[in-house]
Amino acid sequence: MDNTALELIELGAVFFSLGLLGRLAGRIGLSPIPLYLLGGLFFGTGGVVPLHGIEGFTAIAGEVGVILLLLLLGLEYSATELIDGMRRSWTAGVLDVVLNAAPGVAVALVLGWGAVGALVMGGVTYISSSGIVAKVLGDLGRLGNRETPVVLSILVFEDLVMALYLPILTAVLIGVTLVGALSAVGISVAVLAVVLVVALRYGRFVSAVVDSPDREVFLLKVLGLALLVAGFASAMQVSAAVGAFLLGIAISGSTAENAAKLLEPLRDLFAAVFFVVFGLHTDPASIPPVLGWAVVLAVATTATKLATGWWAAGRVGIGPLGRARAGAALIARGEFSIVIAGLAVTYAAVDSGVTALATTYVLLMAVIGPVAARLVEPVARWVRTRRPSAAPAPSAGN
Amino acid sequence: MNVEVTPLPGIGVRKDFALRNGRRIGVVTHRDGKIDLIVSKSDDPDACLAELPLTADEAGALANLLGAPQLVAQLREEHRDLPGIHTRQLPVGPPFDGRTLGDTALRTRTGVSVVAVMRAGQVHPSPTPDFILTAGDLMVTVGTAEGLDNAVKILKRG
Repeated sequence: MDNTALELIELGAVFFSLGLLGRLAGRIGLSPIPLYLLGGLFFGTGGVVPLHGIEGFTAIAGEVGVILLLLLLGLEYSATELIDGMRRSWTAGVLDVVLNAAPGVAVALVLGWGAVGALVMGGVTYISSSGIVAKVLGDLGRLGNRETPVVLSILVFEDLVMALYLPILTAVLIGVTLVGALSAVGISVAVLAVVLVVALRYGRFVSAVVDSPDREVFLLKVLGLALLVAGFASAMQVSAAVGAFLLGIAISGSTAENAAKLLEPLRDLFAAVFFVVFGLHTDPASIPPVLGWAVVLAVATTATKLATGWWAAGRVGIGPLGRARAGAALIARGEFSIVIAGLAVTYAAVDSGVTALATTYVLLMAVIGPVAARLVEPVARWVRTRRPSAAPAPSAGN
Repeated sequence: MNVEVTPLPGIGVRKDFALRNGRRIGVVTHRDGKIDLIVSKSDDPDACLAELPLTADEAGALANLLGAPQLVAQLREEHRDLPGIHTRQLPVGPPFDGRTLGDTALRTRTGVSVVAVMRAGQVHPSPTPDFILTAGDLMVTVGTAEGLDNAVKILKRG
């Protein structure tokens, strides 16, 4: 059998098993992300069936997956929504950063992974999975709930934080000096500001550049522009993913909607590859040593997200049940935690335990999140009937 | 009525208002145009009892059901002093789907006047004979009791 044939068979086997895993996830009402990661562990180094020869393709496909994840995230939001969201929720957003990055930072420092490891783990535990959260809110019929705008604006804030955090992380991982890191931050703040202004005032011109009535032309133009922007951003050391995110924000209106529809299947494909590639890099044997810490992080950051949502929803006058729901909705971590940990892997600047811990953590949180969102209401009601006088404490199944 | 408009970043817009009994009712309009009807729970006003996805046709039909009686009641009030004149809403049946109001020949056959056609919650007042009907439209009609009964049969059977 020649090489191409072998590679095709391997790729086919990977995609087909991911399809089966995705179907299984749908059956049991879970996000497919943890199963994709497990798939990666299965096929990767030290896994049950190690695959060789497709690394070239999967590496670049994984990169494209990250770019598409962030591009579609940018397409989801208009510049007005981002600015509104930031204005309305910045206090909750800051609390969110402090409470949820702290456990990751603390554990990384305790494990002796240094400042860079702490920066990575802080990001991993901070960022909620907007994909999982939005899906869970839709599935549970909570889009019309009064606490839902609170949850969504916290997600918006988190995504803006990502636009600043990723360039900083990239700069630090490359190992530039403090001045270099600061200039990366300066560049990304300036670019973010310019993009928001351009998107607000001249969004229709950016949209006009990529728009086309022909689906094929449109797809090629959007994808091409996204990769170009990501590539140039990467060359300027501002993180490819952030470039794509900003492009997504700049494209607006019906163009953004059509682009999102066209790119969605591509994103699902390439993002799946990205999760598998990340799993491939993790040696299953390295998981048991960090399992304890992952559980500690899972418990701590479940509590901190609950507290964030509880407080943020309380500020706008939502009742106890709604506050508990808002907190539980935010618990899920997923794609962006992996994007952050994936960056660390790319530059190999951190302890290899970081990937193992991040994988295990996301495996736990991507499952706990949706389950907690479902269980929070019955649990909160039960707590309330048990203690009718006292304020019900937020607690969810974990 | 104070309709509250709340943006839902990445999803769409929620428009709702409080009923007299304190419950909220409204819609979530998704960015791709899909509409969910929402009704809040009685014991937890923050949460939704139901979130029903409606197609454009279904939303239109519901809007007709809610809107037409108001119009009929209003007209009835205006005609109260004229004995023998009745105002009713009549559904347009499948036989006239895609055909004109003139094709029904209601005026000639029953003496009934069509004051307005309700479609998707919109009032189309004083429709002309070349107005094209769709199944599911509601006609707001004025006539004698007998004439209206006949009109119902015509609209149903053709």
